[in-house]
Amino acid sequence: MHDVVITGIGIVSASGEGVEAHLEALTRASPPLDRETFAPFSVHPVTAVDFEKQIAKKSDLRQMEPWQKLGCYAAGLALDSAGVKDDAELKSRMHLIVSAGGGERDYAVDGQILSGIRHADNPGVYLNEHLMADLRPTLFLAQLSNLLAGNISIVHGVTGASRTFMGEESSGIDAIRIAQSRIASGQNDIFLIGGAYNAERPDVLLIYEMGGFLWQDAHRPVWNRPADGGGLILGSGAAFLVLESREHAQARGATALATVAGVSSDRTRREPGSVTRSLVRQAEALEAKPDVVISGATGIKGITEDEQAALAALAPNAAIHATGDTTGHMMEGQAPAGLAIAAALIARGQSNEALVTSVGHWRGEGCVRVTKAS
Amino acid sequence: MALRDKQGRPLVAVTGMGVVTSIGLGKDETWNAVTSGRSGIKRISRFPIEGLRTTIAGTIDTLDVAPMSAPLLSERLAMLAAEEAVGQSGLPATDFPGALFIAVPPVEMEWPQREALAEASGQDGDVTYRDLLKAASTGKFKAWHDLFIFGTVADRVADRFGTKGSPISLSTACSSGATAIQLGVEAIQRGETQTALCIGTDGSVNPESLVRFSLLSALSTQNENPETASKPFSKNRDGFVMGEGGAALVLENADAAMARGAKILGYVLGCGEKGDGFHRTRSSPDGAPGIAAIRAALDDSGLQPDDIDYVNAHGTSTPENDKMEAMSCMAVFGERMREVPISSNKSMIGHTLTAAGAVEAVLSLLTIATGRIPPTINHTVPDPAIPLDVVPNVARDADVRYVLSNSFGFGGQNTCLIFGAEPK
Repeated sequence: MHDVVITGIGIVSASGEGVEAHLEALTRASPPLDRETFAPFSVHPVTAVDFEKQIAKKSDLRQMEPWQKLGCYAAGLALDSAGVKDDAELKSRMHLIVSAGGGERDYAVDGQILSGIRHADNPGVYLNEHLMADLRPTLFLAQLSNLLAGNISIVHGVTGASRTFMGEESSGIDAIRIAQSRIASGQNDIFLIGGAYNAERPDVLLIYEMGGFLWQDAHRPVWNRPADGGGLILGSGAAFLVLESREHAQARGATALATVAGVSSDRTRREPGSVTRSLVRQAEALEAKPDVVISGATGIKGITEDEQAALAALAPNAAIHATGDTTGHMMEGQAPAGLAIAAALIARGQSNEALVTSVGHWRGEGCVRVTKAS
Repeated sequence: MALRDKQGRPLVAVTGMGVVTSIGLGKDETWNAVTSGRSGIKRISRFPIEGLRTTIAGTIDTLDVAPMSAPLLSERLAMLAAEEAVGQSGLPATDFPGALFIAVPPVEMEWPQREALAEASGQDGDVTYRDLLKAASTGKFKAWHDLFIFGTVADRVADRFGTKGSPISLSTACSSGATAIQLGVEAIQRGETQTALCIGTDGSVNPESLVRFSLLSALSTQNENPETASKPFSKNRDGFVMGEGGAALVLENADAAMARGAKILGYVLGCGEKGDGFHRTRSSPDGAPGIAAIRAALDDSGLQPDDIDYVNAHGTSTPENDKMEAMSCMAVFGERMREVPISSNKSMIGHTLTAAGAVEAVLSLLTIATGRIPPTINHTVPDPAIPLDVVPNVARDADVRYVLSNSFGFGGQNTCLIFGAEPK
């Protein structure tokens, strides 16, 4: 088996850009919060980003919606950080696993159609005519889940092969798990993995509000929300990492920032205590002894307290940080963001071993054990 | 004796298969139809077609799904295919002892639901998302959260069959079904699992999906005679026809399969993939990524180009894909490619998109099992730029030991699989 090391980190969120900004954010109560735009719902808006620094061509930028730009941007940061940005040959055999949902809609067109269709003689025909006339043809390319990966291939030349995992939070932890196991088993040498999320869009708020998951009051840390009903605050951003075998990193003279010592994910039927049992079982199987936990806790009632109970049992003395309080809840990007922050803490010597947890708002639990580079 | 391939990896056997298409529910019905050259493409009746540029598709209309929506129809197709596959494998039907990899179409809330929210909001003037959010806050639409998030189809399939671990939902556009199989093969090769349930499913023919492809000029507009619109490799091809389908394969470590006395239906001998960074919807004009994916599959299988007896084409019927695919095959197989039969199932069932790689994997394995190659129908005007034996119009009997199945996707992922009756 091969050791799997992290050699590149790219992260952008409400807390800023890059690992320094995110390590600083761990010491603050909350990243910037926008309570106005989508009131009564809050979102953590992404920091101002100069996309052209990573996405040089205007024609590429025009073809992308925000979630793709964020992902491409963070992917570029990760490639820079790994020192592979200019190595076309390496990127042409680098594999890509992206955890993704779908892209933005044209909100104005949706509104016009919903307003008009009520009075249409034939609603079905009205819908056809307006979709044909009003949808921008290229919008589809911003909506397809696998087109974040497609854009990363086009913009950054990462073309070994790409796979896109879907399924909310689980897709993030499973992207890490599959990449880790393919490298560890020798199936591949090097991966770019990660996820991106744009929270500043009403259609995603709509999905989670239908389910009753959105926190609507003044900001409160995730751990304090269950007492008042619980809820999540979505955050915009993206996190990407370069993972490779230790031998591969050494051969190209790359610095290993941290080791991905083990990854676990599962789905359990949700009932009181199930998240606690699942996390404890998985972390014990990884033989985790963390001094710091980067938790993916959402703030949703029940599962958040369950996770707290698991962490109290697993790591009573560990410092616990939640990505929800650092970046906001980035859904598919949640686990990659947690891994990015954990790796950065270890690379800075601020931790010897970290545990990244991912508890999905609706389903799926997992964790990553991150240890020192050597 | 442990069954290993030339690289020392566990051999991966197929012990169960299921398929649902617009021409058949189940393997037998579908196989009879494809070898009879029957088309499943018809005028769309699911929703009004007035105002659309393309009015035909290979929809599956015999299943009662309510509310009719892409996630629910895709779930039903996946369930039907998996029931057939798991049933054939003889593995426990509700306690499947392995992982689930499932290619699902990206889902979104659909228009009937948006309209219901708009109505529930009570807004009489201009409707905005603010109104929809207000309606969502009533709590009356809770079930639609679960319906329209991306992991739900996989979760329900995992519940139904009792698969183990975190199910993986994936999309690599038109090569998704092949990627699901590749993920299963890799997991078995790593020794993580003895068996995997690999599924591709797509029931997403709805107005907006159709319009989106239409606006990219990807669809055939030969609406007059639906059955003849999909004409892969023909000179007068003008785009693909959307199709619906589902397919499932039970993959199993060959040792484990033999130990339990399972009937082995064939082997997945090789998987190859390559990304294409050329363009969002178009392939590299030099065909290099397609060529690389085919070569990678051959390398992975340990076979030589001359070993391949038949190519199950991606063959979408778009001007670009078919030309690029023919060129890629010529580049890899050389002059011999003029004699290697290559046919496209999509001429009959349309492009089943997310499901295509899995549907065509099942049909490739049935080709091997029966010694009968399904035709490329509607081939009346050959394209001089494609000098290939496309098995025009009529099925053909042949001794087929090794099949290459191609899947090339929007967004750049190309995946090729090689199936065989026996390892070489």
